[in-house]
Parts: sequence; C-alpha cells; structure tokens
Amino acid sequence: MIEPVLSLSGLTKSFGALKVTDSVDLDLVPGEIHALIGPNGAGKSSLIKLVAGELAADAGSIRFDGRDIAGLDQPARARLGLTRTFQVSSLIPEFSARGNVMFAAQARRRSVFGFIRQVNRDKELISEAEQALDRVGLSDRSGVRVSELSHGEKRLLEIAMALAMRPRIFLMDEPMAGLGQEGSSRLIGFLDQLRTEAPILLIEHDMDAVFQLANRISVLVAGRIIARGKADEIRTHPEVRAAYLGEDQA
Amino acid sequence: MRDLITEHRLNIVLALILLGGPLVAHFAEEPFLVTLATRATILALAGVGLNIALGLGGLVSFGHAAFFGLGGYAVGIIASHHQNYEPLMTAPFVINGTNQMLVLWLVAVIVSGLAALVIGALSLRTSGVYFIMITLAFAQMIYYFAISWPAYGGEDGLSIYVRNSFPGINTLKPLDFFLLCYAVLMVVLLAQWRMTGARFGMALQAVRQNEGRVAALGLSPYRIRLAAFVISGMVTGLAGALYADLNRFVSPSMISWHLSGEIMVFIILGGVARLFGPVVGACLFVLFEHLFGSFTTHWQFFLGAALLAVVLFARGGFIGLVAGRARHD
Repeated sequence: MIEPVLSLSGLTKSFGALKVTDSVDLDLVPGEIHALIGPNGAGKSSLIKLVAGELAADAGSIRFDGRDIAGLDQPARARLGLTRTFQVSSLIPEFSARGNVMFAAQARRRSVFGFIRQVNRDKELISEAEQALDRVGLSDRSGVRVSELSHGEKRLLEIAMALAMRPRIFLMDEPMAGLGQEGSSRLIGFLDQLRTEAPILLIEHDMDAVFQLANRISVLVAGRIIARGKADEIRTHPEVRAAYLGEDQA
Repeated sequence: MRDLITEHRLNIVLALILLGGPLVAHFAEEPFLVTLATRATILALAGVGLNIALGLGGLVSFGHAAFFGLGGYAVGIIASHHQNYEPLMTAPFVINGTNQMLVLWLVAVIVSGLAALVIGALSLRTSGVYFIMITLAFAQMIYYFAISWPAYGGEDGLSIYVRNSFPGINTLKPLDFFLLCYAVLMVVLLAQWRMTGARFGMALQAVRQNEGRVAALGLSPYRIRLAAFVISGMVTGLAGALYADLNRFVSPSMISWHLSGEIMVFIILGGVARLFGPVVGACLFVLFEHLFGSFTTHWQFFLGAALLAVVLFARGGFIGLVAGRARHD
C-alpha cells in the first residue's frame, strides 16, 4: 500500500454541544484527489480548518509525512506544505492579481524582513507569479487590482496563489463555487492534471466535478464519515442516497 | 475625475515647500518662523513613525506619545548628566553623559525600540478597540512614572541648558538645526518609501488587509506586526529626541495622551498610509496653531472643524484630495 501523505485518525471537534467533527479517519495518498462531500452543515469546511490549523482539534491525530502536526499552528503547517484555498475567496484586495501571487511566492520563501530591494523589480517573484497566473489562464489580468476582478477570476487567483506555494498537498474548499459551466469544466481539466504534482483534498458541491475527478470520495454527514469509496460505489450507496443524493435523485 | 498630480510629484513639491519656507523666513530674518517649521518637521517625523504602524499596518496605537516621550527623556537625562558633570553610572564601570546628538539619537532609538518591543509584544495579542486601549494604558503608565520620578524633574520636567551638538553644524542657529531635522525627516521618509515597496512592506500591508490569508501562506501576522510596531516606535522616539533639543526641555506632557491623539490627527489630516500624509498633517497643525492661536485660545475649534471635514468629505486626507487614491502593485 502507498504511504499516505496526510492521515487523520479519530479527529474530533465540538463547539459546545455541537460535534462538527466526530472521530473522523481520513487519508490522502500521493497522486490522488480525495473528495469530501456532504450536505450543508455537515462539517466539511470545519474539517479543512482543522487540517490547516485554523481550528484546534479536541481529540485525534493529524499526521503529515508520518509526523504528528496537531500541535503546530496554521503558519507552521502552511510552511510544511499544506496549502489551502478558501471557499470564499480570501485575497489581498488592494494588491494586483500578480501582487497576490508574488506575495504567495514570497511567503513560500519565508521572506519577510526585506527592506531595501523593491518587490516590483524582483524578477524571480515576478516570473514565478506570471507562470502561476498563466497556468490558471489569468495572464492578461495580472496587473488588475483584486477589487476589480470578477468573481470567477478571484476563484482562479486563489488557485494561482496555491500553486505559487508549491505545496505538498492542496486543501481546496469548493474551488468551483460560482465559476459557471465553462469555468468549471476548465478547472476540472486543470485539477485532473494538478493531482500529479500534489494530492488534493477536495470539498466540492458540484457532483459532476466530484464524480469525474475523485479517486476516492468520503461522505460526511453531521460530522461523521458515513461512507467511503470510488465514485460508482458512492453513487449507489444506499445510506448516501438517503442522506444526501436522495434529494436530487429521487 | 483625473488626479491633479501624481502622488510622487506632489511629495516632491511638498518636500520643496517645507525646505523653501524656512529658507525664505531665514533670509527675511524671521527666526521664529524657522523654529516653527522645525517644530512642524519634528512633529511630522513623529507622525511618520505612527503612520508605519497605523497606516501601513492598520495598528491604531493610541500610545505613541510614550515613544516620543522616551526618546525625549533619553536625550534629556543623558544631557543633564553631561551638563552637571555627573556620570550616568559608576559601577561596574563609568558611563558619562554626552552632548553628541548622534549618540543621543542612537540611545533614544534603542530605548523607544525596546519599549515598543515590550508594549507591542503584549498589546498585539489583542486587536481593535482593545489594542487602542491597551496602548493608551501603557503610555499612561509611563506618563505617571515620569511625573512621579523626582530625580529627573518629575512634573516640572527637565531642562537642557545648551542644545546638544552635531559634528560640523552649529545647532544653536535656528536654520542649521532646522536643516538637520529636515535631513533626518527626509532620510526616514526615503527609508519608509523603500520599505513599503520591499518585501516587508508587502507583508505588512497584506496583514492589514487580510490577516487570515497571510497566516494561510505560512507567515506569522503577529511577528510582522510586532516588527512594524518596533520600527514605528523607534521613528517616533527619534522625533522625541529632536523635540527635546528643539525646546531644550522635556516634560511629562511629551508623554500625555493629548500628544498621542495629536500625532494621530496629523495622519488623518494628511492622509492615512500616505508617505507624506503626516508631513502635511503636522504642517497644517502647526499652521493652525500659529494662525488661529494668535487671535483665539480656542484655535483647536478650527482644527476640529478641519478634521471633521476630512473625515466626512476627504477620507484620503489632504494627499487623497489632491493626488487621488493610493496605487499599489
């Protein structure tokens, strides 16, 4: 069996009486897209936050590369190579698209204390940013301020920033949200190839995208994983149909 | 609406006005006006310091007078020892006072930087209104400490009988001292301009705009803010050092919360986060004080009206009004 890069076991998180994550076991192996699906409020985003370190787990372990990282804070985990994209685009609004990706490239170098050399003459950062923007198809928008980008462009910029981090794993929280038909299908093609660079833990509501992309699918309902398997197994899984797919496919 | 002038050009014009005014005053034999311009220049420098924390970093410190005062007291205390021929300390080794500005500035910057490190390290664990209040509380602590410390004048303050010296310059001449302060201000502004466009500036501005994103990229927002707060405190401390020499006097009023508020007013009047914002703000402040202060003691009424107008109608302050929105890349 291939050694997983990321493995969660018995991960639990409660807010008061509400268990948002209930002893979740999950792993991510190299080269795969592991999709996490579930109805609204199932705790998908919370799970990503627990892995990224935005939330601290109450119990359970998070192993990355065989090392327990549950005690590390968010910046420390990001430095190890867990890069997340946000469900609602989280960008630096006053920077240009290129400025955002350049900042991600700068962050990957853990470089903060530069006081003299001007970033806008930094050929390394610029070319890295242009490359990442090019890959997501935003080259011609690189000089535009984030606040003037369209919703779809912001979604793509999120991905470009993640690329510039050159992560070990991607944690993607609904990257397709609001992209539209054409945008979604382009992004599906892109993610399909991206998995060879680094595995992806993917939360997605777009079921077509999930069934096309995912090597494995885990179904989260009320904080618990109720089923796991390949696309076909999940599609026909009775509990899943009842809990989740049932509403659309009845 | 097209901007009247680019911010860069406007800054050059402003720098020239600030230089030209006192030169004209000097040749017109109005030394008082030169001193007034020196005061504006030094207050501007204090504002430049706060602008690094408040403008670039979004850290609304209401206690920057603490650093201003510490810088001033550092100069006052060391200079008073020099005047009285008393060493600062005798055991384990002797440290004498000095009247060399370069040394005094260095001490002032180190002292205020260390204070900013301690105050920042504690205050930056909070944010928003709590941050404002905790910085104010620290400044008030230092204020009352200065008042109740009789060795260095307590409430009465501490006089510096002769202005400290700087190699090659007669600091007693108003114009020479002005030019020295002006040069310091310009060097600091140049450094801030470089810093803003460099990696640290990017990180600081990113933290202000989206802290969560910065953390997600693996950088610690806390450390970035703390570094900015320390730099900010050091610059304001340097301004305090110059201010002590300008007045040849330091007193607890340099640490009062009024002064913290005034430094903030400079920035808001001139333009938050704009390089020359505090320069314009401090000049307007001193101008108001001088013009309206000459016929009414309630001159601050006019200052208040101007501040209100800026907050309501020109959010970018004077610089924003003339040069438009800030540009970033």
